[in-house]
Amino acid sequence: MTTDDTPKIRPNSKDLNVEGNLQQDFSGLTIGVLALQGAVAEHVQCVERCGGRALAVRRGGLLADVDGLIIPGGESTTIGRLSNLFGFREEIRELAAAGKPVLGTCAGAILLARTVQGQDPIIPLMNITIVRNAFGRQRESFETDLTIPVLGMEPYCGVFIRAPLITGVGEGVDVLASFGEGIVFAREKNLLAVAFHPELTEDLRLHRYFMGMALEYRKSKVESQKSKVES
Amino acid sequence: MVDRGTFRVKKGMAEMQKGGVIMDVTNPEQARIAESAGAVAVMALERVPADIRAVGGVARMADPEMILSIMEAVTIPVMAKCRIGHFAEAQVLEALAVDYIDESEVLTPADEKYHINKHQFTVPFVCGARDLGEALRRIGEGAAMIRTKGEPGTGNVVEAVRHLRVVMEQIRAVLNAPAEELMTLSKQFGAPYELILEVRKLGRLPVVNFAAGGIATPADAALMMLLGADGVFVGSGIFKSADPLKRAKAIVEATLHYDNPEVVARVSRGLGEAMPGIDMAVLTDADRMQIRGV
Repeated sequence: MTTDDTPKIRPNSKDLNVEGNLQQDFSGLTIGVLALQGAVAEHVQCVERCGGRALAVRRGGLLADVDGLIIPGGESTTIGRLSNLFGFREEIRELAAAGKPVLGTCAGAILLARTVQGQDPIIPLMNITIVRNAFGRQRESFETDLTIPVLGMEPYCGVFIRAPLITGVGEGVDVLASFGEGIVFAREKNLLAVAFHPELTEDLRLHRYFMGMALEYRKSKVESQKSKVES
Repeated sequence: MVDRGTFRVKKGMAEMQKGGVIMDVTNPEQARIAESAGAVAVMALERVPADIRAVGGVARMADPEMILSIMEAVTIPVMAKCRIGHFAEAQVLEALAVDYIDESEVLTPADEKYHINKHQFTVPFVCGARDLGEALRRIGEGAAMIRTKGEPGTGNVVEAVRHLRVVMEQIRAVLNAPAEELMTLSKQFGAPYELILEVRKLGRLPVVNFAAGGIATPADAALMMLLGADGVFVGSGIFKSADPLKRAKAIVEATLHYDNPEVVARVSRGLGEAMPGIDMAVLTDADRMQIRGV
């Protein structure tokens, strides 16, 4: 193969003028991507482009060694059924309880919600209420520029595909971005729920923000171990 | 500003289906069975391909009444087929708000020369292809998803394998050729040059590619995934079999765990009769749906 047109991945110019915490070195991190169904490869690529290692997880028992977990978009009905089937619920619950960050995008956000309108919750971890297909069928899917202060001043392109909408948040949940009347990006401690698809754009800021949380978790872990040793 | 129907949104919809199974259904009850089995979408049609073969005559877009009743029955996306080149049927399907339109050779073509200009629609399209050129021509016309054609309604996976093999082989040819040979490859394949460059840059088709046409067993589904498909369509294979729910679940699991033979073995046990199959040798050219609209 000739080298003249080999694709090269360059950092997005948009990344250059955001806060320092989005530009950290993520090379020591391993991020799990729940690979049951949906946009798995895209999230894996984003993690790798941020400098981390991605682990596509399709079987139980592999989540112990990851520093964070991404639950990608896909068909929420299907993913919910499958995660039940393959015993992921407990593992994800434990991972979140340990303080490791979890990012749920689109269907992944539905999986994490404590209240899902019109159906039973799937892995109720986040104190949010979510409505599936809130914008209607596929022909209503859209992209739009969002203002997300934690990601910097540049607008962020939100790709909404048969997207859900967070209609209510409980105590301890921060709203990181909204669109119209609804919430499209929320954080509760180590958990992130995103209604759109950050993995379908070239903009890596949201993944960097998430990986920054994983790095923080790592540091706190190291420090608590140190203090244990000292005492 | 809100942009609907951008290519990213259309293509992204197909990305969300990856690793999944899309099942042909002909009524709300079958749609519910498909959904509970874990299908990522259903294809609403009047008859499954095996019955279209049996009945003969002209196969058209399904009755909107039936499509709407299926859309009401399930929360997963609903796809529907229009005839090749029949953009009025496609407009009807868009007006019904189906989630994806399949411009399909399973129905009798309405235009033997031209396909639909799919860029004009807000709803995304999936189209069939038997080789890289056909796939890239459809993408050039605006298709946001490709399915290798296979031979629908036969329960025989041989054509599905042939078409996916050809697509993969030709992608490898594009990746391995020196830059000066690409224009000639584009001419040979009958593919738009810009899209050949795109394939070379990405190392794969620019859109999601599912396998279709003859998949009848969990092992068939696993085979197509191992050959490089992003997911599978199962048409007649489920509701023409002895135990549709059990088979549908088994094919979903086999598609997910395609690289784990133990799972495929476990789910393949005791499924009952598969659909009756047809040997390709008995099909005349007139019986071959795959050669329509190329």
